[in-house]
Amino acid sequence: MFYRENGQFKTSYRADQQILPIAQDRWAMLVLLVAAFALVPAVASDYMFRAILIPFLIFSLAAVGVNILVGYCGQISLGSGAFMAVGAYAAYNFHVRVDGMPLLLALVLGGVCAMLFGMLFGLPSLRVKGLYLAVATLAAQFFADWMFLRVQWFTNNSSSGSVSVSNLQVFGYSLEGPGAKYFFCLGLLALVALLAKNLVRGAVGREWMAIRDMDVAAAVIGIRPMYAKLSAFAVSSFIVGIAGALWAFIYLGAWEPAAFSVDQSFRLLFMVIIGGMGSIMGSFFGAAFIVVLPIALSQFLRFFATVSGLEISTAVASHAELMVFGGLIVWFLIVEPHGLAKLWSVGKQKLRLWPFPH
Amino acid sequence: MAFFLETLLGGLMAGMLYALVALGFVLIFKASGVFNFAQGAMVLFAALAMARFSEWIPAGLGIMDPLLGNVLAFVGAGLVMFAVAWTIERLVLRHLVNQEGATLLMATIGITYFMEGLGQTLFGSSIYKIDIDMPKDPVMILERVFEGGILINKEDFYAALIAGVLVALLSLFFQKTATGRALRAVADDHQAAQSIGIPLNRIWVIVWCVAGVVALVAGMIWGSKLGVQFSLTTVALRALPVVILGGITSVPGAIVGGLIIGVGEKLSEVYLGPFVGGGIEIWFAYVLALGFLLVRPQGLFGEKIIDRV
Repeated sequence: MFYRENGQFKTSYRADQQILPIAQDRWAMLVLLVAAFALVPAVASDYMFRAILIPFLIFSLAAVGVNILVGYCGQISLGSGAFMAVGAYAAYNFHVRVDGMPLLLALVLGGVCAMLFGMLFGLPSLRVKGLYLAVATLAAQFFADWMFLRVQWFTNNSSSGSVSVSNLQVFGYSLEGPGAKYFFCLGLLALVALLAKNLVRGAVGREWMAIRDMDVAAAVIGIRPMYAKLSAFAVSSFIVGIAGALWAFIYLGAWEPAAFSVDQSFRLLFMVIIGGMGSIMGSFFGAAFIVVLPIALSQFLRFFATVSGLEISTAVASHAELMVFGGLIVWFLIVEPHGLAKLWSVGKQKLRLWPFPH
Repeated sequence: MAFFLETLLGGLMAGMLYALVALGFVLIFKASGVFNFAQGAMVLFAALAMARFSEWIPAGLGIMDPLLGNVLAFVGAGLVMFAVAWTIERLVLRHLVNQEGATLLMATIGITYFMEGLGQTLFGSSIYKIDIDMPKDPVMILERVFEGGILINKEDFYAALIAGVLVALLSLFFQKTATGRALRAVADDHQAAQSIGIPLNRIWVIVWCVAGVVALVAGMIWGSKLGVQFSLTTVALRALPVVILGGITSVPGAIVGGLIIGVGEKLSEVYLGPFVGGGIEIWFAYVLALGFLLVRPQGLFGEKIIDRV
């Protein structure tokens, strides 16, 4: 009843082409932004910031990046953890080795390094496709794991292999409190998501989608596969690299190479597939799902233990978590293989007619 | 020269074991088009089952003979793997027919998590031993040809032998039996196979069972070498480059790929490792596979990929 576009006439191309063509959507987005920037920081507790909100924002950013590569360009990548690692370590090196390097510039430079690394390991995509490519991108993952563990230079010759950053500042503001970190991540995420949304609906995005749908046909109608694929790798690994740097700088503070293991790559791919391939909004859904699920599970197990009076050891609890996590993912893939974004669009269609049946 | 040969032989034997794990991937991919990432978890699961059964069964039934105990444990673990295969087909694969490759891959990663959790819940998560009485003492061969001879680990040798026999048996099974023919038919074309009356669901259960048994043998051998523990799942990640190197659809490819990767890993670690700080085995295998892929995108023995618009 309320979600109708009746009477909203578009009289210019601009109006027709905008990101949110329906007025109600624009209002909803405005409300969401106000909530994210004003309401949430006012009510969220320290724990909420640290355990849920900040990881959610950073993983959303990474998932947007991975979605560009996997969802829009159709190149399955299991190397996202490596791109995150390169972003994080490159930003770290710029941060500690160059005096007075501003944090933002270090992050962007980290992203650029991740981009170069991603393009290098994206080169096989010109020759190799599908699952072969997925395994080939694992090469990037293991290579990065090894590189940051064994090559001392990258970790500033720290003896334990673990590195840390402290006293982060942006434009003179300190990034120590959880609220400040939240705003910083949120601002970056909003910016990158807007850029990504505009990229995927522009000429480049259409090329990516053409390549995804059928690369031979796309090449026949004059899309350069090399340009399209490598640009997807570049943009994707740039965003993922920045997300990796944020994850290390803002969330972890001190980290070692294991923070960006192959599990991280799987997690990112899960987010994209559960959220919905080829949907920027889906990346947010997927990130929320994967970030919140383990926390909810462990809370539930603790609750279950107290209610039933059973003594559940930590080992059993962590195994049970693994099982439920795996089971839920399989169940989810069976029920909705096109992801949460699909559910969302189905819901929107239903809302259009509501409360009438037709 | 003797040292080089020693490394080479060691690589070949390790390669045989990789081939064994890779075989599990290939079997399932051929028959159902699923890239089964859970193969590593299956290896762990089977090895855990085998290790625990070999404790429980002799203790429960009062069997003294270690050989009989091991055989019973093997059979028990085989039955468990059958149940696993049947459950996976029933609960997962059947509902995911006709989905994209990426979705299926993710589903098997979900299965991986589930089986890792379940296996450790059922069988415990410490380090267990599988003692199948393999001789552990190294022997020297070719002492007359080279000074000092070549040192060979007997255990590795027997492991490679078992792997080789299993591969031969599987090839016979695929080539000579009616079921094997049905499997190959399904691998060629699902629809055509179904239209001539081959029951797809049953074939999938059989394939997953065979992959389960392969995982069991692999788990048994790796487990008796390294002890049964969680890190066994990483064997799957070591075997992935083998699969793409040999070609995802080819049984001989898995074996040749395994040998190449095994030798490549060992030689690179010994001759290249010292210059770059060591520990390069894992990514070297991937880079090696990548190098082959750039020349032959379908792997060494894979079916030629033909693109049509």
